Amino acid sequence: MLPRDQESLSYTAFSVALLDPEQPIPSVVAGPEGKASAKRYSVYRNNVTAGLIEALAEVYPAVQRLTGVEFFRAMARFHIRAMPPTSPLLFEYGRDLPAFIESYEYAQGLPWLADVARIERAWLDAYHAADVVPLSAEALVAISPDRLADTMFVVHPATRIVRSRFAAVTIFAANRNEGAGGQIDAGTPEDALITRPIDDVVVRHLPQGGAVFFQSLISGQSLGEAAALALESSASFDIATNIAGMIQAGVFTAVTRGAV
Amino acid sequence: MSAPVLSGLLQDEPPRFPAFQVCGLAGTSFKHEHLAAILHEGRQRGFFEVHAENYMGSGGPPHRALEAIRCRRPLSIHGVCMSIGGPGPLDKAHLARFRSLVERYEPALVSEHLAWSTHKTTYFNDLLPMPYTEATLDRVCDHINQVQDAIWRPLLLENPSTYLAFRDSTMRETDFIRRVTERTGCGLLLDINNVFVSATNHGFSALEYLSEFPLARVGEIHLAGHAEQADDEGDRLLIDSHDGPVADAVWQLYEIVVARCGPIPTLVEWDSKIPRWPVLKAEAAAAQVILDRHHQDVHDAAA
Repeated sequence: MLPRDQESLSYTAFSVALLDPEQPIPSVVAGPEGKASAKRYSVYRNNVTAGLIEALAEVYPAVQRLTGVEFFRAMARFHIRAMPPTSPLLFEYGRDLPAFIESYEYAQGLPWLADVARIERAWLDAYHAADVVPLSAEALVAISPDRLADTMFVVHPATRIVRSRFAAVTIFAANRNEGAGGQIDAGTPEDALITRPIDDVVVRHLPQGGAVFFQSLISGQSLGEAAALALESSASFDIATNIAGMIQAGVFTAVTRGAV
Repeated sequence: MSAPVLSGLLQDEPPRFPAFQVCGLAGTSFKHEHLAAILHEGRQRGFFEVHAENYMGSGGPPHRALEAIRCRRPLSIHGVCMSIGGPGPLDKAHLARFRSLVERYEPALVSEHLAWSTHKTTYFNDLLPMPYTEATLDRVCDHINQVQDAIWRPLLLENPSTYLAFRDSTMRETDFIRRVTERTGCGLLLDINNVFVSATNHGFSALEYLSEFPLARVGEIHLAGHAEQADDEGDRLLIDSHDGPVADAVWQLYEIVVARCGPIPTLVEWDSKIPRWPVLKAEAAAAQVILDRHHQDVHDAAA
């Protein structure tokens, strides 16, 4: 067993210094013919950190645009060291970044940044979600009126809802792509609905009560119950508008009761 | 997109693809930004290679793009993070995803790296060097057997590019690779840029490495660009950056290998600072010229 243990130690020695610049260059590796290993080992260190920063920048382009590249890279470096990836699928990486942003000292002046990050994370999840045909308007029309209130829905795998105390949807939309950003009142609360009806991910700003309505339906409540809760949360909630929006956005894939 | 087209794309049964041959062809990395240009140019020779991990999501545009490519051209699926050279057991979930992808897309070629990227719970997102010992040989063979059992076909194992060597290595890389192929029956993906990069970085002869390499087992060749830095002594240190055209020295080695081995499917990798499609396509065309010349030699010799 000894050789195996020894060899496992070699890998550990090589890897501990990859994400920790305070660690000395591992002595288990060497350059050829007695050459030094510092710059050579740095290639791996740089590859690992630069590659993971790039991975986070690809998940969170609007966050990077909002903070500027230098700020983003510094924040990403802290995050990578605190929470390196555990999965080889880099499009799954960075789920903890929104919470990290909330606690990140230098981001305290950007209180809406974490919610913009949550929308971007939801965007990528929707992008990679399973392909399922969304519920059609015809399927909804086919439900007899007396069963409509009891109808429950199956959520589409791409559907996400992000609620924000800030104008996160407007800030996201203004910074996701290159273009001129206007003045935004960041203090207006906004809820986002993220879906992928066919191939394109769509981020919508939900009307008042919409988030409660969809979250209730997603959690398995009936159409009647969800509408009542939405009205309770917002007197201006309009069920017709929300149902039309729900079909157009492809929030659900099927009905589970009331259709028969 | 109209509803009938959509329902055609979203059927339960995975689509079946044409059984294209990849023999004697040159190809390139497939990048999504090139999809429109590739579809626009219509029927062409050549194959495409993708990194397996980029297509391990459940659905969405990546799969639409890959289906479109696979319907038209031969495909090579190139795994990057199996961590075959790692000290721990293979990630079973990752292996299952890899198998599903191979089943779904029926690629002409399937490959992975002689390297590691995961240790304990951390994924480092880089192809890291490994010690070459009897113990690591046992484990690499065990890992390759697991992959081959899962995908029901031989895997092509790629030789690495490295900047450092482990002090406890007891055999040369070429001996290690030869013994892996003998024990597992796997094929090899000969990355000629990696040979040149490692030869420069470790001060050995690329030609000598190639003469010791089990060339008869090679089922695919990689070509790529590299970048140049300096080591601690101020000497040239080459970085396997995949961000530019193939170097002249690598083309020369490639000519030698093809002259010796015949027209092995050859892929030009370009993964960073990605150029417009005609630039990448021209690199593959240059490789195709060399392949065709030696394809002719093989025919002339047979006549």
